[in-house]
Amino acid sequence: METLWFTYYLPLIWAALIGVAVVLYVLLDGFDLGMGILFPFTKDEAERDQMMSSVAPFWDGNETWLVLGGGGLWVAFPQAFAIIMPSVYLPIIFMLLALVFRGVAFEFRFVSKPNHRKWDVAFALGSTVAAFCQGIVLGAIVYGVPVEDGQFSGGSFTWFHPFALLCGVGLVAGYALLGSGWLMMRTEGELAAKAKRWGRPLVIALLAFIVAVSVWTPLAIPPIADRWFRLPEFLYLLPVPLLTAGFAWLAIRGVEKGKGPQTFLSTVALFVLCFAGLAISTFPYLVPRSVTLWEAAAAPESQLFLLLGAVPMVPIILIYTGFVYWTFRGTLKPGEGYH
Amino acid sequence: MELDPVVLARLQFAFTVTFHIIFPSFTIGLAAWITTLEGMWLKTRNDRYHDLARFWTKVFAVSFGMGVVSGIVLSYQFGTNWSRFSEVTGNVIGPLIGYEVLTAFFLEATFLGVMLFGWDRVPPWLHFCACLAVAVGTTASAFWILSANSWMQFPTGHEVRDGIAYPVDWLKIIFSPTFPTRLGHMVVAAYITTAFVVFASGARWMLAGIAPENAKTMLRMSLGILIVLVPLQGFLGDASGENTLKYQPVKVAAMEGVWGSEEGTEGPLPWVVFAWPNEAEERNDYEIAIPYLGSLILTRSLDGTIKGLKEFSEDLRPTVAIPFFTFRIMLAMWGIMMLAVITGGYLWYKGRLFDSRTYLRLARFLWPIGFIAVLAGWYTTETGRQPWLATGILRTADAVSPVSAGAVLTSLILFVVVYGIVFSAGTYYINRLLKVGPHVRTKGEDEDVSGRRPLSGAKDVGREVIEAGE
Repeated sequence: METLWFTYYLPLIWAALIGVAVVLYVLLDGFDLGMGILFPFTKDEAERDQMMSSVAPFWDGNETWLVLGGGGLWVAFPQAFAIIMPSVYLPIIFMLLALVFRGVAFEFRFVSKPNHRKWDVAFALGSTVAAFCQGIVLGAIVYGVPVEDGQFSGGSFTWFHPFALLCGVGLVAGYALLGSGWLMMRTEGELAAKAKRWGRPLVIALLAFIVAVSVWTPLAIPPIADRWFRLPEFLYLLPVPLLTAGFAWLAIRGVEKGKGPQTFLSTVALFVLCFAGLAISTFPYLVPRSVTLWEAAAAPESQLFLLLGAVPMVPIILIYTGFVYWTFRGTLKPGEGYH
Repeated sequence: MELDPVVLARLQFAFTVTFHIIFPSFTIGLAAWITTLEGMWLKTRNDRYHDLARFWTKVFAVSFGMGVVSGIVLSYQFGTNWSRFSEVTGNVIGPLIGYEVLTAFFLEATFLGVMLFGWDRVPPWLHFCACLAVAVGTTASAFWILSANSWMQFPTGHEVRDGIAYPVDWLKIIFSPTFPTRLGHMVVAAYITTAFVVFASGARWMLAGIAPENAKTMLRMSLGILIVLVPLQGFLGDASGENTLKYQPVKVAAMEGVWGSEEGTEGPLPWVVFAWPNEAEERNDYEIAIPYLGSLILTRSLDGTIKGLKEFSEDLRPTVAIPFFTFRIMLAMWGIMMLAVITGGYLWYKGRLFDSRTYLRLARFLWPIGFIAVLAGWYTTETGRQPWLATGILRTADAVSPVSAGAVLTSLILFVVVYGIVFSAGTYYINRLLKVGPHVRTKGEDEDVSGRRPLSGAKDVGREVIEAGE
């Protein structure tokens, strides 16, 4: 009986943990990728310094959640990892290359001054491409991955369809909105005002994307439509769209009033809700409609072994991450940095 | 020509991992070096240590960034290019990588922020702790990745059911028999690599008259540790070889170019200094060898023997030439290191270390020596493990993803281009930092002036850099 308990609950716990890692990744790295996406919208050198400095102490720790998300998927669900990664081969590779460019840009831009224009481009383009590819990966997985004999059976461009591309654009808009919320919170002067101006089209774009995906998904994927519109499930799921509408309104108000924390947190809430909606729609599948959590799960002893480490380590990581954010609290004035 | 996805995937992994390993081998030692400097500054309050710590933190920042981004690439490549490997060994190796993320990656990445930008935001003791956290993180990372790699070399503590490896005993998996010597060998290699960069930079500054007092500190500290570590590395390397002979005899046979005969190999064995391994004829061409030395090194006796390559079936042997040559390159690097250290030690003892311009002129070119040795060593151990990816469990050829050769080729080309750009830029910037040297605090210049206002430091550097560029 004991083994049954393990084999049932451990995959669920791990799915939840990876979900938390992905949400934390979006929450933490989202705004610093957003910084790169917004970079081209100001030509002012001091403002660019201010933007980059506002995320420079954090970006590296933030990106580690991406490693935990990817690594966690491998550890806990090796079969899903082995199917999903080849299926989105090119977008993943492009994302990695983009992350290389934007990651090195932080220091390279600083040490190459005053000849740093190319690293401005690397930072902006790298951040945007990374965000776009992450959206494509997500969209491609939700849309469905062809599987035969437990292996990915599609081609190099199976991921290339309008739904995935739309998700890519949506994620770029969403990250940029997180970035503008962050700037409103953490900077002063002209830049904060600009962030407010950038926020308006972004929040509209993000909401349009959420609506488009919500309409498209059930139309394109009948099993999801089934789950959404059948009674009594419909009533259980109703809070998701209602809360989404509520936070959408809060996000719009936040942007209009230039309230950074409200904009940032309600955008985060929108992300969490989208993610919850996604999880509800695809559960219990990890590779939608072909491999479930339990089918993809690693050996229970492997899942348990890492869980024993994750239970104390994740809170410790969150505590020292909090400490670092607290160390660099407060707002940055124009032209200020930490270097 | 038909493109072979296995070859392409191997080339891509070899390329990305080669690029990556350069940075950890440098930053493991660099983090420890900066922590030591800062500790000495806190203890003695001598500004020389402080100025050096701040300078090397800048170098650390440039190289650590490249290490991080190239490391993320590797963690995803297990899935994108080696999905069968992920599936077959995921139960066993996955958690080790998971522990690396939880205990090492987060630690180093998070405290890096404080280390780089926190000089004026946290008290010095706390900054010291942040550096220590980064140093501990980088070393913990080496612990886990070598544990995973050692298990692939000689797996223990697992069982295979339906082609998939399952864990049985975690302690045996983490501490597989090749692990302890390999970990020691690698961590010492990382320290040596960094020490030679510091040593060569000290020589460079001495010759150019840049911050001579700081340069002397660098020469003393790096040579001091090299005098201990380079000979020690000889013993650790030898122990690692002995261990390999016990657990991976075919690898040693390839490294040493010992073909032997099918009926058993008779001693005494010579030690092959140079040869051209001829796989078709199963012998060495153009061999230059020292009699008896092979037996002496490998078996500690004059007529001892080991298993020759011919005693292993052909499909279980690695390609001989690669481990054979890379092993010799590593040894040659160690020889040069010993020579440099002995000469340097002698000059130091005579009190002429800082004045011997000929020695310093040669020493300034030694900065890449550790990197070459580390890469050669890794090529030896990784190609010597072939044809296996995880010995006895999964062959490399069976581990690739169902991805088209075209996609792998595209990504390979992109990696070469992107890494080429990033690597040249990074080397160029580090070289430029070294050319400028540290900001040496003068009397009366207290901490407030040197950087309380956040941007002033940046302006100084910018100005120095511009001046240096002219």
